[in-house]
Amino acid sequence: MRTMAIVKRVLKQMLRDKRTLALMFVAPLLIMSLMYFLFQNNTTQVATLGVHDVDSQVVKAVESKHVAIKHYTTSQSAATVIKTHDLAGYLTQNSGKLTITYANSNPTDTTLIKAALQSGVIKLRLKTLVTATKAQKKALVAQQAALQRLAKAQTQTAVSQLKTALAQAKASGNTAAVAKLQKQLKAATAPKATTKMAAPKASTYTTKSHYIYGSSDSTFFESYLPIFLGFFVFFFVFLISGISLLNERTTGTLSRLLATPIRRSEIIFGYLIGYGIFAVIQTLITVTFAIIVFKVHLVGSIWLIFLVNFLLALVALTLGIFISTFANSEFQMIQFIPIVVIPQIFFAGLIPVDGMATWLQWIAHIMPLYYGAGALTDVATKGATLSEISGQLGILLGFMIVLTLMNIVGMKRYRKV
Amino acid sequence: MKPYIEARQVSKRFGQHQVLDKIDLTLPAGMIYGLIGPSGAGKTTLIKSILGMEKVDGGTVQVMGATMPNRPVMAKLGYMAQSDALYETLTARENLTFFGKLMSVPKDKLSQMIDYAANLVNLTQQLDQRVSGYSGGMKRRLSLAIALIQDPQLLILDEPTVGIDPELRQQIWAELNKLKATGKSMLVTTHVMDEAERCDYLMLIRGGVALAQGTPADLKRQYKVDSIEAVFLKAGRMQDANHGNR
Repeated sequence: MRTMAIVKRVLKQMLRDKRTLALMFVAPLLIMSLMYFLFQNNTTQVATLGVHDVDSQVVKAVESKHVAIKHYTTSQSAATVIKTHDLAGYLTQNSGKLTITYANSNPTDTTLIKAALQSGVIKLRLKTLVTATKAQKKALVAQQAALQRLAKAQTQTAVSQLKTALAQAKASGNTAAVAKLQKQLKAATAPKATTKMAAPKASTYTTKSHYIYGSSDSTFFESYLPIFLGFFVFFFVFLISGISLLNERTTGTLSRLLATPIRRSEIIFGYLIGYGIFAVIQTLITVTFAIIVFKVHLVGSIWLIFLVNFLLALVALTLGIFISTFANSEFQMIQFIPIVVIPQIFFAGLIPVDGMATWLQWIAHIMPLYYGAGALTDVATKGATLSEISGQLGILLGFMIVLTLMNIVGMKRYRKV
Repeated sequence: MKPYIEARQVSKRFGQHQVLDKIDLTLPAGMIYGLIGPSGAGKTTLIKSILGMEKVDGGTVQVMGATMPNRPVMAKLGYMAQSDALYETLTARENLTFFGKLMSVPKDKLSQMIDYAANLVNLTQQLDQRVSGYSGGMKRRLSLAIALIQDPQLLILDEPTVGIDPELRQQIWAELNKLKATGKSMLVTTHVMDEAERCDYLMLIRGGVALAQGTPADLKRQYKVDSIEAVFLKAGRMQDANHGNR
């Protein structure tokens, strides 16, 4: 039960240290709130496009809520105009040729203008097409009218001829001829199926969108949230556990601990359980906050989220303890953050790993956060089940076991048994 | 009856530096054994070798009849480290409870033992204060109380009276003598010479070598001086002279 003594002590120490407690529980909420407002999709970025001597219909087609138009009459070079007026792009026209110059200091602006220009050009082409079709239709209708008039005239002639013949036949008393002519007359006067050329109705396409994961309201915030949930836990647990074991070493309490009959493994397990509890509480707070305050839609099971985060915390814990053996002060421990923690963010899913170079993908596969954040994303946004993320969980467990063993062996430095 | 500690020909080197050179040490029951020597003499290394935290390069250490390192035997040792290894955010009682549990003190006896140990070092009033508010002397006393928490037969005390005022030092030595009377043994390191006089048996250690061993009276007679301090100085000079001759 020495492990429990360690657990109790870790809990007590943490509860006494209000600053660290606040860092662990409040800081993630603060960062998350900031993220929520920063990653909202409905903010409109506007790129300013300068135009010079461009057809008004082109300008009208290019203008959108993302592209503001400013007219210039100068004959200065595009570069000069862009520089002096701080524009994102400059559009000029030479007869049928449009020339665009991008400032390209902000790639997003360039993309916005590019898209607006493309859609504008397509709009214009469609318009011309529509005009042409309308003209054709008009001509066709005119032809039809002429044809009908012609046909009507012919029928009238035929009817009057038949009527004359009928009158003659009646007068002559030829009943058979009368019947025959009457029939012909009937057929001639019967309303003719007007040869109406069904002008093909312009088919209008409407789009209806379906989303497999999330909804049309999905924002970057929702897709990045699982990654950050994993990262918070990983970062804070790594830092706090690493520094606390380091403190234990530098103040001599570790050496004192090892002068008792405690097993080395009991110390490590005590730390795992003690800080594991805080990691679970942290996850609980951050996830609940995200769901209640920001109405984040969680597709998968919340328990799986806790499970993944707990495993991730254990990996962070063992890694923190392991790394702390290479540090001689808190300051040196902080120095490991850019080496051990920061690179993991890049491989956590913010940048798609599939699109990376092969050697970078290899690096991704040795990063615990790659598996942890991957599993969290799968659960939160795709509703993955336990069996679907079991591979990632297994690898995290592997990381934890290997690091734990290394820590237990590494403690031999302080006591030989 | 077997001696509590029996160290034979203990040697230890860190790299090129010989920290301990063939040290013999025997501590029977009911004795205060003083280990005196300047800092860097190898006192703490010898103590850590006896505790089994340090692996010796040569020789053997037996504690309570078991060859060290031996983890279960550690439960029978009361150890007070040279630096106060205390959890400052916890209270004295919480520190004592924690180490009591590690030392396998039975649950029903724990609070009784805490009161006993705290009373012995005169900390009963401050038992529920946080250690961060303690003075240096109070921390030292708490460390001693922790060493006593499981009522061990053998105490290993590394510089127990550093930073403690004279009056309290008297009290602590009085307590140590009381403990000795109940059959406990103590291995005490010090570099305060008047404390050395209070020990039953002394080992003078310098540069990893045991310069002299014996009761204080024997040593004074042997070196024909009237204080342990003088014994130490004389023995040191002789060591340097021998070293020069070699």
